[in-house]
Amino acid sequence: MDITLQVNGVPRAVDVDPRMSLLDLLRERLGLIGAKKGCDHGQCGACTVLIDGRRANSCLALAVAVDGSEVTTVEGLAGGDGLHPLQEAFIEHDAFQCGYCTPGQLCSAAGMLGEPGPSAVTDDVLVDPDLTPAEIRERMSGNLCRCGAYVNIVSAISEVAR
Amino acid sequence: MKTFEYARAASPSDAVRRSGPGVMYLGGGTNLVDLMRLGVAQPDHLVDVSRLPLDAIEQAGDRLRIGAAVRNSDLAADPLVRARYPMLARAVLSGASGQVRNMATVAGNLLQRTRCAYFQDVSRPCNKRRPGSGCPAIDGDHENLAVLGRSDACVATHPSDMAVALAALDAEVHVTGPGGDRIIPMPGLHRLPGDAPERDTVLEPGDLITAVELPPPPPGASAYRKVRERASFAFALVSIAAVLDVRDGAVAGCRVALGGVAHAPWRAGRAEQAIIGGPATGEAFLAAAEAELDEARPLPRNAFKVPLARNLIVRTLEELTP
Ligand SMILES: Cc1cc2nc3c(=O)[nH]c(=O)nc-3n(C[C@H](O)[C@H](O)[C@H](O)COP(=O)(O)OP(=O)(O)OC[C@H]3O[C@@H](n4cnc5c(N)ncnc54)[C@H](O)[C@@H]3O)c2cc1C
Ligand code: SF4
Ligand code: FES
Ligand code: FES
Repeated sequence: MDITLQVNGVPRAVDVDPRMSLLDLLRERLGLIGAKKGCDHGQCGACTVLIDGRRANSCLALAVAVDGSEVTTVEGLAGGDGLHPLQEAFIEHDAFQCGYCTPGQLCSAAGMLGEPGPSAVTDDVLVDPDLTPAEIRERMSGNLCRCGAYVNIVSAISEVAR
Repeated sequence: MKTFEYARAASPSDAVRRSGPGVMYLGGGTNLVDLMRLGVAQPDHLVDVSRLPLDAIEQAGDRLRIGAAVRNSDLAADPLVRARYPMLARAVLSGASGQVRNMATVAGNLLQRTRCAYFQDVSRPCNKRRPGSGCPAIDGDHENLAVLGRSDACVATHPSDMAVALAALDAEVHVTGPGGDRIIPMPGLHRLPGDAPERDTVLEPGDLITAVELPPPPPGASAYRKVRERASFAFALVSIAAVLDVRDGAVAGCRVALGGVAHAPWRAGRAEQAIIGGPATGEAFLAAAEAELDEARPLPRNAFKVPLARNLIVRTLEELTP
């Protein structure tokens, strides 16, 4: 099937098998290998990208189902030559070891910072809470890190959330 | 994955027109795409209903109408839902991850399949996946499976958190299909397994969920609690949606629904009846919880769920007592 996507601001027209996931499309057809395949089941977050500005697991999205959407991967997060503030903060806070989960952590954090409303740990669901470390941990729970860099990931995100 | 044809439905009636043998509706895909990859679901045609204009949350008099394609995260962030049905926001927020909730739709959440490991493993028998092949969970891995309403054919649980809150809120599921339109009151959407565990719900082939409608919230304080093996991003062992209305020390109203214990969200009607009209005390709540769980038929490795459910009912109602 022919589909058209805006990927990191560039229009891309591709002919895809209906079975192909957005993750495989990005990695295997478009050469964007930032998003990683950790589990292919929505459980690890390594494949997180932004679809129309919202974070999503690209392993669970069929490429045909996102036809017409805008996709941002870690390669396009900064939107230019420099680094995104989250990328700078991750470097500053030593928020990765092997780096496998990092593109997903970055895209997830970028999406998360734009998500209004409470989380499962917010006391009063009527309030939009401050992004305390507890809030950040809960909101980032869809991103696993095998190296256990969580403490530094949370401090990096905290700095940008401030 | 078996190949299939993909099409986007132009309208609810177009979706229904496209339904038929081998056709499945696609919401956010967070459950269906995974099951297709596992070979558990093998549709020939996918009709994408996630972009239908069923994505609004609207007030209809004193009721709230939630479109079937509303994303789980939008439901939980909605000001009206947070103000009037905080228990529903909490239930949704306790499920899955931020990424999955951004993708998942209301209808897809209701119709997600069990997480029973045998159901997801096509190399194993399973009555739900292949009727008549047997249920290896009964003598096998059933720690996370049902203690209430189970049958000899299937002991699966329904995994949705949102559905538990909807069951406690007397929500109505609006459906359109080849047989016309109808309204299914919760918790009546999901079935107990009986001798037909291949059917999770009372829906007929081709039925499309269009909306979930909420009556005005019941008076009183409410809560959603979820007990799980890690603090976040895990399915419930047992969960509870509860509402308690206490006036002058006596219970004027009470709703209790349990998750993780049965093939359907379990509305604890016996417990509610035992509590309403009586004193709001720990002893009364304990007696009511025991009356409800009297029906429980646990298996060897999930017997822990019975005291867990009992304690969760008592603790939650105590916390809701002013
Ligand atoms: C890692 C992970 C963790 C999770 N943890 C939790 C959790 O803790 N708690 C929880 O409750 N859930 C959890 N979930 C499940 C998640 O909530 C569901 O996958 C999601 O809600 C399904 O919605 P969807 O729109 O993606 O459905 P889809 O996967 O698109 O569809 C699911 C089913 O619904 C049918 N369908 C979709 N829309 C309609 C419609 N309008 N009418 C009729 N049929 C329709 C489809 O045909 C399919 O059978 C988890 C999922 C993942 C991947
Ligand atoms: S409990 Fe139900 S879903 Fe699990 S193996 Fe038995 S029949 Fe299949
Ligand atoms: S690869 Fe998508 S969540 Fe793990
Ligand atoms: S840095 Fe290695 S998995 Fe997170």
